[in-house]
Amino acid sequence: MTMLRRMAGVWLPAYAALYVAFLYLPVLLLPVFSVNTAATPRFPLQGYTLKWYEDLPHTPALLDAARNSLVVGISAALLATVLGICAARAITRYRFPARQPIQGLIMAPLVLPEIIVAVSMLIVLLQLGLSLSLFTVVIGHVLVCIPYSMTVLTAGFEGFDRSLEEASADLGETAFGTFRRVTLPMVAPAIVSSLLVSFTISLDEFIMAFFLTGTEVTLPVYIWGQLRFAAKLPSVLALGTLLLAGSIILLSAAELFRRRAERRTQAASIPLA
Amino acid sequence: MIEIRDVTRAYGTFKALDAASLSIGEGEFFSLLGPSGCGKTTLLRMIAGFDNPTSGSILVDGQPMDGIPANRRPTNMVFQSYAIFPHLNVEQNVAYGLKRRNLEAAEEKRRVEEALAQVSLSGLGKRRATELSGGQRQRVALARALVMRPKVLLLDEPLSALDKKLREQMQVELRHLQQTVGITFVLVTHDQYEALAMSDRIAVMFGGRIAQVAAPKEIYQKPVNRQVADFLGGMNFVKADLVEEEAQAIVVDTAGFGRIRTEKPAAYRSDGGNATLGIRPERLRVLWDDETASHEVAGRVIDRHYFGEITHLIVEVPGFEKPLSVTETNSFGADDIPVGAPIRLAYDPDALVALAD
Repeated sequence: MTMLRRMAGVWLPAYAALYVAFLYLPVLLLPVFSVNTAATPRFPLQGYTLKWYEDLPHTPALLDAARNSLVVGISAALLATVLGICAARAITRYRFPARQPIQGLIMAPLVLPEIIVAVSMLIVLLQLGLSLSLFTVVIGHVLVCIPYSMTVLTAGFEGFDRSLEEASADLGETAFGTFRRVTLPMVAPAIVSSLLVSFTISLDEFIMAFFLTGTEVTLPVYIWGQLRFAAKLPSVLALGTLLLAGSIILLSAAELFRRRAERRTQAASIPLA
Repeated sequence: MIEIRDVTRAYGTFKALDAASLSIGEGEFFSLLGPSGCGKTTLLRMIAGFDNPTSGSILVDGQPMDGIPANRRPTNMVFQSYAIFPHLNVEQNVAYGLKRRNLEAAEEKRRVEEALAQVSLSGLGKRRATELSGGQRQRVALARALVMRPKVLLLDEPLSALDKKLREQMQVELRHLQQTVGITFVLVTHDQYEALAMSDRIAVMFGGRIAQVAAPKEIYQKPVNRQVADFLGGMNFVKADLVEEEAQAIVVDTAGFGRIRTEKPAAYRSDGGNATLGIRPERLRVLWDDETASHEVAGRVIDRHYFGEITHLIVEVPGFEKPLSVTETNSFGADDIPVGAPIRLAYDPDALVALAD
């Protein structure tokens, strides 16, 4: 027993360190090579430069892709969050037949093979007579984002003392007024968190965007296209670094808002004796 | 002010409230008392408009409440959890309902301050809800409801989350407040002392039915049945044989107390010659030394429980099926009576009440 414990004491931290290194070292190499003067990502590093970054704003195709990503990301985030609010409220407030299966189906895109879902959507959308455009990408991204947005929002709606809404009605407020003056402010942090998470996921999403886009590409699809040209690699690394930084910032902000929502709903109710 | 007419609330086959009828007067402090699951909260929520009767009707101030939603009823509620809006400060919480009445800013401010003064929270208007103690939250909830000047204030176990000392203080304050504002208060509680201390009248409820409606003293001294008697404090139950049944009274024989003539409770049904009498533990008095009384029984102390200001003595008396429970203040040394000592108890035959089952 003590032997086992001593071994675990030595090897567990080593294993953990190795695991984290394996997970994040490749990601850390991205910014390192993005400021290297050499056009190929190889050690030893040759020299420090920011020219790959400086070139980015002078690439019209990249700017178009960035603009497309922004449009798709904002649209998908808004749609996924609005639908997520409806779903989360229904799931947390009402008891209806097949509530659990419905919740499961909404969460399903998290575990379904995305390429299968993307191909299926492509077939369905074409059958519906829609031509591929940023709009079809938005539809695909909403599907992918809703499980995340609903998870964040369900947490925001849960633990929210129902008597707060009853108190509002009791004080003369209508159902809509109650939603506007009590429910919305209470879950606002969760909504912001859902918007940020959905936007980030849409920004980084590749498979749906690859299958469902027409001539207008989003950033991940643009990057994939650039990888065919060895000379373009450093600028892809620079762009990747920026996307990475952006994602980390957005997700951290989302987490902060989520925690704030949690504190707020918990502070509302007092423990009963 | 409130008429409850034959109100039933059924969930499938389970009846949370079963054909309850009540009449609550204007300016009355009325309590719904009973164990959890007796239907008292269901009834309160139906008066507030959060739930609807399956059958029967509720009238507030002469107006039928059928189909009228909570936000258009002349009632306001203090919730068990207080339901203070956590994203608003104290002032904004209190002013919440006034916002829809389009008052002038100065008038709104005056009324908010008046309400805060009524609950002794003046000067705390800018505090956030999260910075308040349990007692202060409770006061905010009260002010928020009172500022609406409702015809009826509904209170759902408002003191249950407070510690004992604060709870007792708030009982006194709530009673004074009700007398000052003159609004009808309907209180839901499972605490019999709270109901006795605050109410003008009490409705005792069991299993969705109203067992008895009366003033606190009558409820306590003349409970209609064993259940009510048992719920409101201690009671010694004594088996008796029915000798004679009159219109207003019954005459019974007991092994311990002898022949007793007592008032017949409304719900009394003669049951093959058996009857049950009850006497409260504090209505039995310890007789010291050579003190005598016109009615007394003799026994032996078999157990003793000390509660500070009072002592509970458990006394075995020949002829009684169960030992008698006696409550005596400690002013004369009841806490020093040794277990096993012989003891004599005085009683007043009028304190023996007949109880329906």
